[in-house]
Amino acid sequence: MNWKTFGAMLARDAHVARRNAIQLLLQTFLQPLLFVFIFGRVMVGSGYMPAAYKSLLLPGIIAISMVFTGIWAVAMPLIAEFQWTREIEDRLLAPIGVGWIAIEKVIAGMLQALVAGLIVIPLAWLVLRPGVEISIHAPVTFAVIIGLVATFSACGGLALGCSINQQHIGLMFGMVITPMIFFGCAYYPWSALKTFPILQKAVLINPLVYASEGLRATLVPRFSHLPIAAVLTVLLFFDVLLLVVGLRQFEKKAVS
Amino acid sequence: MAVGVRIQDLRKVYSSSPPLGATGSSIARADAKGGKQPKTQIPALDGISLEILPGEIFGLLGPNGAGKSTTVGVLTTRVRPTSGQAWIGEHGVWKEQARVKHLIGVVPQRPNLDFSLTAREILIFHAAYFGIGHKHRNERADALLEKFKLTERANQMVRGFSGGMMQRLSIARAMMHDPQVLFLDEPSAGLDPQTRILLWEIIREYHQAGKTVLLTTHNMEEADALCQRLAIIDHGHVIALGTPVGLKASIPGGFLVRLRFGNQTPDLLQRLQSLPGVREVRAADGAADSTGADVYADRGGSLIPEIASLAANSGAELSDVHISEPSLENLFLHHTGRSLRD
Repeated sequence: MNWKTFGAMLARDAHVARRNAIQLLLQTFLQPLLFVFIFGRVMVGSGYMPAAYKSLLLPGIIAISMVFTGIWAVAMPLIAEFQWTREIEDRLLAPIGVGWIAIEKVIAGMLQALVAGLIVIPLAWLVLRPGVEISIHAPVTFAVIIGLVATFSACGGLALGCSINQQHIGLMFGMVITPMIFFGCAYYPWSALKTFPILQKAVLINPLVYASEGLRATLVPRFSHLPIAAVLTVLLFFDVLLLVVGLRQFEKKAVS
Repeated sequence: MAVGVRIQDLRKVYSSSPPLGATGSSIARADAKGGKQPKTQIPALDGISLEILPGEIFGLLGPNGAGKSTTVGVLTTRVRPTSGQAWIGEHGVWKEQARVKHLIGVVPQRPNLDFSLTAREILIFHAAYFGIGHKHRNERADALLEKFKLTERANQMVRGFSGGMMQRLSIARAMMHDPQVLFLDEPSAGLDPQTRILLWEIIREYHQAGKTVLLTTHNMEEADALCQRLAIIDHGHVIALGTPVGLKASIPGGFLVRLRFGNQTPDLLQRLQSLPGVREVRAADGAADSTGADVYADRGGSLIPEIASLAANSGAELSDVHISEPSLENLFLHHTGRSLRD
C-alpha cells in the first residue's frame, strides 16, 4: 500500500470537486430542498399535512441527500472515465494496487456524502422552521449510522458505476435511483406501509429504508421506526456486499 | 542503471473482441451470459517470447491487430495474460505491479488525459501519484511543458486541445516520473510531420540518457529511423527479429518487383525464376491461380525489359509493374504475403 499515491489521488478528487462545487451543490440540494419546501412548508402551512410532518421529513431528506450524493460522486466519474477516453488510465498506471484506486473512489464518495448530509441539515432546517423538533439523542449511534450510510452510498456508486455504460445512465436513474428514493421510506415512516403488507415486506431490500429509518430513530425517536440494531446490521451488510461487488466489477473493468 | 524487458511464451486469448488499443473496456458481459451465446475466442498473442536489452530502442512492427498493443498492455499491467510471463528488469509484471509501474512510463495509442484537469495539473498530479515532492514536480512540469511547446496552454483544460497537443502532453506525462522504460504505442499516429520529428528527437534524447524505449508502429520509416532492433509480429507471432539493417538484408535480393498480368500462362513463374538476378518468385497473394507475381531480386529497374519480353514471349499481358527498394515493408510482405497496410 502506497499512502503517497493514495493521498495524491484523494487530492485530485478534492481538487476536481472544488472546481465543480457550484454544479455539485445545485444537483445535490435543489431537488431535496424543493421537496422540503413544497411538503414541509406549503402542504403543512395550508393544513393538508399535520405540523409534525416537518420533523418526520427532515431525517428522510438527509438520507436521500447523502445516498444520492455518494452514488453520484462515485458512479458518474467512473462511468465517464472508463468510457472510450479511458481517463482513469493515469491512475491505473500509478504505483499502487488496482483495488486501492477503487477504495480511494469510495473514500472520496463517502466524504462527499458526509458533507452533503451536514450541509442539508441547516438548509432544510432554515426552510422548514419554525416547528422542527429534532435533536441528536445518541450522538455515537448517529455518527455510526451516517458513517454506514455514507459507505453504502459510495460503495453502491462503485458497483453501479462499474456495471453500466454511459448510454444506460438514464436507465439507471429510471430503474434504480427513482424507485429507490420513492420506496426508501424517506418521505414517510416504514410503519406507514402497514396497510400495504406485501409492499412493506418488499421495500426491505432497499438499503435507503434503513438509512431513513436509522436517521429517524436517532433524530426524532418519538416517531415509530425500525429497531436500531436491525438498521445497523442491515446497513453493515449492504456496505460489505456492495464493496465486494464494486471491487470485483472495478477490477474487471480495469484489467482486460 | 538501465532496465531491460523480457517476455516468455506470452499468450492472450480474448473472449470477446479485443478492446481498442487493447487497454480494455468491460468484457464482463460475455462471461455473465455463460452458455447462452457461444463465446468468440480471439487469440491476440500466440506464444511470444522476446528480450529487450537495457538501454535499447526496440520496435514492435506489424499491421493493425497483430498483437502489438496487447503486448504493451501486458507489459504495462493493463492486460492480464492468459499464460506466460513478463518481467520489467527483475520484477514480474503480474506479481509486482506497483514496483513495475514505478519503472515504466506509458504513452497510449489514444490520448487518455484526465479531462477534469488543466495541462499543468495533469503533469503535477501524475508526479504526485509517483510520490515526487512539491518543488521537484513543479520544476519538472514547467521544464516538460516548455520542451513540448505547451507552456502557453499550460493552464487550460485539455478538452479543447488538438490531437497533436494531447499526444505531446501524453508523452510529457509519461516522462514526468523519469521512468526507466518508456512504452510508446503508435506514438506518431496522427501527428503532423513537424511534431513527428520533434517526437523522434525526444525519443533519441531519452534513450541517450540510458533509458530503454519500446515502441510499436506500423510505420516502416519510423521503425527504420528510430529502432536499434525490431521484432516484426503478425497474428500474435514474432515472424522476424533483428536490426533494421540485418532484417532488410535478409530479404532475398533486396529488391521487390510486383507484377500484375491481364492473363497468366502456367509456366510463367518458373520462367521468371530463371532470369539472372532473380532470387525468388511467388504467386501474388499466395494463390496459384492468381494473375500476379512477386519477384525478389538483387536488381530492380534493369530487370523490367527482360520481364517484359519474357511475358510477351509467353503470351502473358503485363498490366502493372511496381518496383520497391529494400525496405521493411518488403520484409513483411516476404514473411506474410501481405502488405503492412492491408
